Amino acid sequence: MVSAVVMRGVTKTFPGVVANDHVDFSAETGEIHGLLGENGAGKTVLMSILYGLYRFDEGAIIIDGEEVEVDSPSTAMRLGIGMVHQHFMLVPSLTVAENIILGREPIKNGVFLDTERMLRDVGEFCDKYRLDVDLEAPVHTLSVGVQQRVEILKALYRGADVLILDEPTAVLTPQEVDELFKAIRALREEGKTVIFISHKLREVLAICDRVTVLKKGRVVGTVDASETDQGRLAEMMVGREVVYTFDKDYCEAGEPVLVVEGLEALDDRNLQALRGVELEVCASEILGIAGVEGNGQTELIETLMGLRKPTAGKILLNDSEITTLPPGERIRAGISHVPEDRHKRGIVSDFSVMENLILGSHRNTEFTQWGQVLDLAKASSYSDKLIEDYSIDTPSKKTLARNLSGGNQQRLVVAREFSREPKLIIAAQPTRGLDVGATEYVRRKLLEMRDQGCAVLLLSADLDEIWAISDRIAVIYEGRIVATRDPKETSEQELGLLMAGGRDD
Amino acid sequence: MVGIIDIINVGLFAAALRMATPIAYASLGGIFSERVGVMNIGLEGMMLLSAFTGVAVTYYTANPWLGVLGAVLVGGLMGFFHALLTVKFSGDQVVSGAGINLFAMGFTAYMSQVLWGSRGASESVSGLKPISIPILKDLPVIGPILGTHTPLVYIMLLTVVLSYILLFRTPLGLRIRAVGEHPTAADTAGIDVHRVKYICVTLSGMFAGLGGAFMSLGHLSLFTYGMTGGRGFIAMAAMIFGKWMPVGAFGASLLFGFSDALQMRLQSLGLLPPQIILTIPYVLTVAVLSGVVGRAKAPSDYKPYEKG
Repeated sequence: MVSAVVMRGVTKTFPGVVANDHVDFSAETGEIHGLLGENGAGKTVLMSILYGLYRFDEGAIIIDGEEVEVDSPSTAMRLGIGMVHQHFMLVPSLTVAENIILGREPIKNGVFLDTERMLRDVGEFCDKYRLDVDLEAPVHTLSVGVQQRVEILKALYRGADVLILDEPTAVLTPQEVDELFKAIRALREEGKTVIFISHKLREVLAICDRVTVLKKGRVVGTVDASETDQGRLAEMMVGREVVYTFDKDYCEAGEPVLVVEGLEALDDRNLQALRGVELEVCASEILGIAGVEGNGQTELIETLMGLRKPTAGKILLNDSEITTLPPGERIRAGISHVPEDRHKRGIVSDFSVMENLILGSHRNTEFTQWGQVLDLAKASSYSDKLIEDYSIDTPSKKTLARNLSGGNQQRLVVAREFSREPKLIIAAQPTRGLDVGATEYVRRKLLEMRDQGCAVLLLSADLDEIWAISDRIAVIYEGRIVATRDPKETSEQELGLLMAGGRDD
Repeated sequence: MVGIIDIINVGLFAAALRMATPIAYASLGGIFSERVGVMNIGLEGMMLLSAFTGVAVTYYTANPWLGVLGAVLVGGLMGFFHALLTVKFSGDQVVSGAGINLFAMGFTAYMSQVLWGSRGASESVSGLKPISIPILKDLPVIGPILGTHTPLVYIMLLTVVLSYILLFRTPLGLRIRAVGEHPTAADTAGIDVHRVKYICVTLSGMFAGLGGAFMSLGHLSLFTYGMTGGRGFIAMAAMIFGKWMPVGAFGASLLFGFSDALQMRLQSLGLLPPQIILTIPYVLTVAVLSGVVGRAKAPSDYKPYEKG
């Protein structure tokens, strides 16, 4: 039998980086093939080459036994290859149906868009794959899970026999993941080939027939999912053994550090985002907040940091009210913040590593002379120390932050925030986009800070992360904390249900 | 400004429609450009060059319609040039647009000197003659307002409708909207993003060209230095006020046209110093842009699109 896709000796270099180094990859017709690797291992690049977004430097692509030239996504589509990207390729203001037919629109009377035929064709198509969506809803009104379904439909509508899914579960709730997996299995029944890109071992094992592991642009090996386990895959992926369960010591929680009472706030569109949040985070405790993105997490962080005005409620730090303090004073009062979007709020990309490290403390007397002029010598030795302590991998402290890898940028943020001796750390998506090594590092640091008596408020879309290090788990849904659980006494199913708005009975 | 003040009573509204015409054309141009993610602050210069070209061609051919054709071609050429700089070479859209404006000011003054021996104004040419629409012109109130205009006014009304149909009822329109809002999505859907941008920005220049032709051939029958008087910028305000929708932009253009017409009438009354009255349309523009509109969200982010 001929393989659906064969990639032979594919090499792709970007300035300074070899993204793919003589990669051999093949997927059979009707199989779900996992492509596993850390961030930066070259998974997405390899599949972007197959989909015609990049051109390889050398190598060959063979589809159904014939060597082909894939120079653009439209060629890929003609060859029956479809891709669902990590960042959805949907136009927010267009409707579901319009997004699906975009680029191959049905025409009537020579010039007009044939809306009726569009709705009929797409409708029939949805029925065929039993994927249910409202075709006339604008895409921006849909939940992430539904948008993903639209993406899959879009690829299938364009005649995809090979469907590439790039980190499809990253943004989904556990229930949505289950549904996605059902849909993927249904596609396999239809004889489609699915390539499933992921760095989550558990998922790859749950859904895939075979798994190819990439590391630093090279293929480590291809294995049958039934003949391997998480430990062995992790070793292939990272090249050493990885600690999955943190043996975190029990740590006696102290006095409440952060107390939030009846906090309400509006979002950017002036809609109610927080509807009376009640929270308490104690010293030596990590409180994890689980929730599907967009349930008020961003607004909660901003309100706690003083970046957004609350419309009601109180925020207390060590018994003194900080509800109306500006961000600078909150930092001085002992709050550190690892922002969810490190490019927007965590670092100034065009500042050097050193400048980024003293940002926020730049007015402190330790870095200034006569209170106004920066003392570069002191800033410099301080930076050297942090670069060393937090093992930030940078050519020098004068390197611009934008030139660091994502993991090192995050180390930089962590170094700056944790070295201020904070009483409270607000960590939002602290390991988003980081590879296994850097993720492990950041989580360890958070535990270390906890052990030193710090209160930690952890917000993450990654339930595994919340699970791994939290001492208590609170679930946020539609701007309210709907439940608080001890991680030892709850289950993933229960949390998933709460995150999706299921009642707490 | 002889000939501006009409003799009819509802003339104010007829004048408003007339004054709105060049703004409406240019704002449609703005819409097509911005809908694909290219800011076009060069509308003003494109209008000016086209106004000049229209008169120059008419001067030599004695046919104002050839003048209009020339104006549209020159507008389209400038649009294409703007697209070349901003789409192909990822040049800064503001710099390119401002460059076109400066070039237009200098070039038209120079050519005016060469052709007619005066930097200030051209010789008069035979402009477009007004036409009357049968039946419509005999209706009360509506007749005097809508019944008799130069053809370019009617073409403008038609263009507004056609632009709406193009944007929202055709496959190309769907692609245009996709390209501006999410170029990567459009690209992965197999759409040639750059081609769509070229088409739309060129079209944008052609619309500005019609606006310029109307000013010099449908309105005055001569070219004067700087005759567009910032209407290209006012058109951008109209475009924003109209939320990048053809009918909305047309409505906003009518508002600006009305204030322009009103301004002229007020001048003739002599109640206020003419300098103050002259500022009315511009003050209105500032007011509209700075708050009345609220937070208008552009349909695109004005970034050049590069693959991969």
